[in-house]
Amino acid sequence: MSELLHTPAADLAGLIASGRASSREVTQAHLDRIEAVDAGVRAFLHVDGERALAAADAVDAKRSSGGQLGPLAGVPVAIKDIFCMSGAPTTAGSRILEGWRPPYNATVTQRVLDADLVVLGKTNLDEFAMGSSTENSGFFTTHNPWDLERIPGGSGGGSAAALASFEAPLALGTDTGGSIRQPASVTGTVGVKPTYGGTSRYGVVAMASSLDQPGPCGRTVLDTALLHQVIAGWDPLDSTSIDAPVPDVVAAARAADVKGMRLGVVKELGGEGYASGVEQRFREALDVLADAGAEIVEVSCPNFRYALGAYYLIMPSEVSSNLARFDAMRYGLRLGDDGTAGAEEVMARTRGAGFGAEVKRRIIIGTYALSSGYYDAYYGSAQKARTLIARDFERAFEKVDVLVSPTTPTTAFRIGERADDPLAMYAADLCTIPSNMAGNTAGSFPCGLAPEDGLPVGFQVMAPVLADDRVYRVGAALERQLADRWGGLLTDQLWARENGGAR
Amino acid sequence: MALTTSEVARLAALARITLSQDELSRLAPQLDVILEAVAQVTEVAGDDVPPMSHALPLTNVFRPDQVRSSLPVEAVLAGAPAVEDDRFRVPRILGEEQ
Amino acid sequence: MSVMAYDDVLAAFEPALGLEVHVELNTVSKMFCGCSTAFGSSPNTQTCPVCLGLPGALPVLNAKAVESVIRIGLALNCSIASWCRFARKNYFYPDMPKNFQTSQYDEPICFDGFMDVEVDGVSYRVEIERVHMEEDAGKLTHVGGATGRIQGADYSLLDYNRAGVPLMEIVTRPVRGTGAAAPQVARAYLTQMRELLRALGVSDVRMEQGSLRCDANVSLAPRGSELLGTRTETKNVNSLRSVERALTYEIQRQGEVLSSGGRVLQETRHWHEDGGHTSPGRSKEQAEDYRYFPEPDLVPIAPSRDWVEQLRGTLPEPPAERRRRLVAEWGFTELELRDVVGTGSLELIAETVAAGATAGSARKWWSGELARRANVSGVELDQVGITPAQVVQLQALIEAGTINDKLARQVIDGVLAGEGDPAAVVEARGLAVVSDDGALAEAVDAAIAANPDVVQRIRDGKLQAAGALIGQVMKAMRGKADAARVRELVLERLS
Repeated sequence: MSELLHTPAADLAGLIASGRASSREVTQAHLDRIEAVDAGVRAFLHVDGERALAAADAVDAKRSSGGQLGPLAGVPVAIKDIFCMSGAPTTAGSRILEGWRPPYNATVTQRVLDADLVVLGKTNLDEFAMGSSTENSGFFTTHNPWDLERIPGGSGGGSAAALASFEAPLALGTDTGGSIRQPASVTGTVGVKPTYGGTSRYGVVAMASSLDQPGPCGRTVLDTALLHQVIAGWDPLDSTSIDAPVPDVVAAARAADVKGMRLGVVKELGGEGYASGVEQRFREALDVLADAGAEIVEVSCPNFRYALGAYYLIMPSEVSSNLARFDAMRYGLRLGDDGTAGAEEVMARTRGAGFGAEVKRRIIIGTYALSSGYYDAYYGSAQKARTLIARDFERAFEKVDVLVSPTTPTTAFRIGERADDPLAMYAADLCTIPSNMAGNTAGSFPCGLAPEDGLPVGFQVMAPVLADDRVYRVGAALERQLADRWGGLLTDQLWARENGGAR
Repeated sequence: MALTTSEVARLAALARITLSQDELSRLAPQLDVILEAVAQVTEVAGDDVPPMSHALPLTNVFRPDQVRSSLPVEAVLAGAPAVEDDRFRVPRILGEEQ
Repeated sequence: MSVMAYDDVLAAFEPALGLEVHVELNTVSKMFCGCSTAFGSSPNTQTCPVCLGLPGALPVLNAKAVESVIRIGLALNCSIASWCRFARKNYFYPDMPKNFQTSQYDEPICFDGFMDVEVDGVSYRVEIERVHMEEDAGKLTHVGGATGRIQGADYSLLDYNRAGVPLMEIVTRPVRGTGAAAPQVARAYLTQMRELLRALGVSDVRMEQGSLRCDANVSLAPRGSELLGTRTETKNVNSLRSVERALTYEIQRQGEVLSSGGRVLQETRHWHEDGGHTSPGRSKEQAEDYRYFPEPDLVPIAPSRDWVEQLRGTLPEPPAERRRRLVAEWGFTELELRDVVGTGSLELIAETVAAGATAGSARKWWSGELARRANVSGVELDQVGITPAQVVQLQALIEAGTINDKLARQVIDGVLAGEGDPAAVVEARGLAVVSDDGALAEAVDAAIAANPDVVQRIRDGKLQAAGALIGQVMKAMRGKADAARVRELVLERLS
């Protein structure tokens, strides 16, 4: 296995910029790796080796002719198949978009391409980003590299698995209720949800417009910060994007200094329903950060108890409207058009067959929550709960710099274990949802393996709106401290397994 | 509020989704459970709490009235299930225009 | 079906009107994207991910559209919201790429305004409930089937060039107390609205092109009743004339239904211009549930009071004032003014005056002969086929003596038939008045010779009898003579 696969993106960029490695070499190594392991991991929906190598060659040519290369130029990246990429298959994990190739790039895709990263392919996800396990993908399930019988998290399980299996050093995801952070948590990788509006949603297949946020994923905090820097920032094509400078997340990741920072432990995000190993590693991480100079404080966010309920009302409502466009008229799947069936019938047949069970469930709930007579009780109340949650955050942030919690209540569960129990599945998002509701930023960082099952546990850091740098600062400090104790990253253990224990 | 199968069927029709009998009977209780779980939220509906529809207090985001290039017609129609005369061809429409 | 006589309906019932007007703005780009709004381009050449509703696309609001809707609201005496949002109106229809329309629901940007309209010297105040912003849908063409309409079609074709064009909706409150004049009030409202929007410069307001659309609602209530009856909404009302005709018909139809003990169904009806009747649309058991909620992809609009006042300063002269001023300048009488308003010819008269005619002659043509022809052909006055410049030319030809009033009508025929400008038509059809006295004299002599008893009466002093001779000469000259000159010649000859 090529050592290039184990090299952080920041270092790969350095190798490429200095000419010690070519982007082609690096890209080829990753393509070979995908070829070798993806039959088992199934992280990718589409891989375009030709396009990737052509892009790599272009970077190498730019370099030789003395062109200006950005901080991640030539480094491969995997993109969640929810980002439009011109001319490339973009399915959002759904059969209803099977075969569709968008005629345009998402802004985030464009920024990645403009920064000369090399796109390896599109990663698997729960259909239309709805799920916490990637089992809802219309195509197949992705497997957790730590234990192939387990879920890699969702909805962005493909991106997280690609990182954990060394198929890519960087990945892009989207986070609506935890879809970047929870997979990061269960795969021992890093994933950040920027402040809502911090990254452009233009060209990202919409799930819940007021909650969705694209974000960076990596194996190290610095890599993730570098990718964050590339993709974030105001976009005139997204009315909800923030016209303000991107917080200096790279500097924060490099500084990794939590001396004097106040960390608030959210009382409500723990206890019953949380695996003991998860809580244990979480507490240990707090101790580690305290050793590094942080002050640990307990805070209460009583309205967080409404977060899950409010989320599962607001999100399906927006989903029911956002997914109405998939009607077999202009693109995507069309079934039943036999010359006699009317348009309405063709629409309904196509949607019935093209959407999976979870998607249909959420559309129906959303349709119900918005219907006349129910709006005030459901959607209306949920929007009020949202205000209360935001106020809890505001109050808490008056006393502390960041809030912390486990990222998700358990480690990776088995494939199939929660597939028939929607409520049990939704519970995976308990800790992540509040930040989506309030719009502030949050990230997940590996903090150890649970003793009972040897599976990764994630530590979540939540910071105020536009304070994304604080998330990276704390995450990087944790990573550094733990690396001292472990002799490296959590994912090094996976690398070691494959390389016969040696590192 | 128990969601009956016929309620679910009505909602599915509103959402233009054909559900099999099997799906209908499976969905109704599932949805019921979910709705009961989220019902807790209705406690919150105090009149003095303003609803939040945006995470940020942004207002007045506009663009100038300028023409930008459109997509070439081939790109527009490329993914279409059916095309005729450079238009999207769709099955006959039975419903009324709104 | 038979309908009740109009007067009979009005004897028993009070109509209440409601008008919903949709205005396509004349911005160069669409409401939420930079695609061109130019009319008449090849299908699907003015579309992009946003107006096609492709997965991932997001809207960004056109500043000029906001400016225009505020100006419209101010011109209609509305309050302008200090904070409002867009909402999604959710329903499935293939001409709407997202299967929801981005519109405004309970937070319209303008509200509580009014417009006063005058019909036969009586002023009616039409209250404006709201003016709000939304986007237009694509264009559907139905293929197969006999009528080109949706019923009976085999399939349909979609052109999304129009999808996303900015649309303003202006909704009135129920208009009561108009009595029998209801259809005329509606027509006057629409006429005036059109004038106002044109003066504001926010739209082309061409009903035949669809940049101004009207849905007409009407209900009947028993005379003296405080309550409103069940109303119907009539669509496909494509001209000022249609508004009046459709409402007249609906009043009669509803009157017939109610008088025979039936119930008026709350439904949408379609106006048939040819048949002069309305037919029911698909009846629905319950109103469609649009599941409105605030549009999460757009942020609220909060027009500052400074901006609103600045826009108020850009408003043109209010139409009623303008009308009064022009009529005073032109010296029209009250009756002449009513004529002008009734035929909707004010703007055309103004343009014709600007092109060089006197107000009186402009009014004579536009409110008279041309309005008559427009009515007969069933077209709008400005579509009748002659321009203000051509009317100026026509009048000039008459004043120069080249043609007379009677010949002028033939000239108009030619212009409307597309034969060119008045001068060209006169030339081509040989309509010029014969000015050569020689030829006239011949005809005069012939007429004198053929009518000795008339001649005798004239010689006896009955000069009016000359009329018969003049008539014969005019006939002989095929109208191409100046009657006054003919009379002169006749009397000369016989003196």
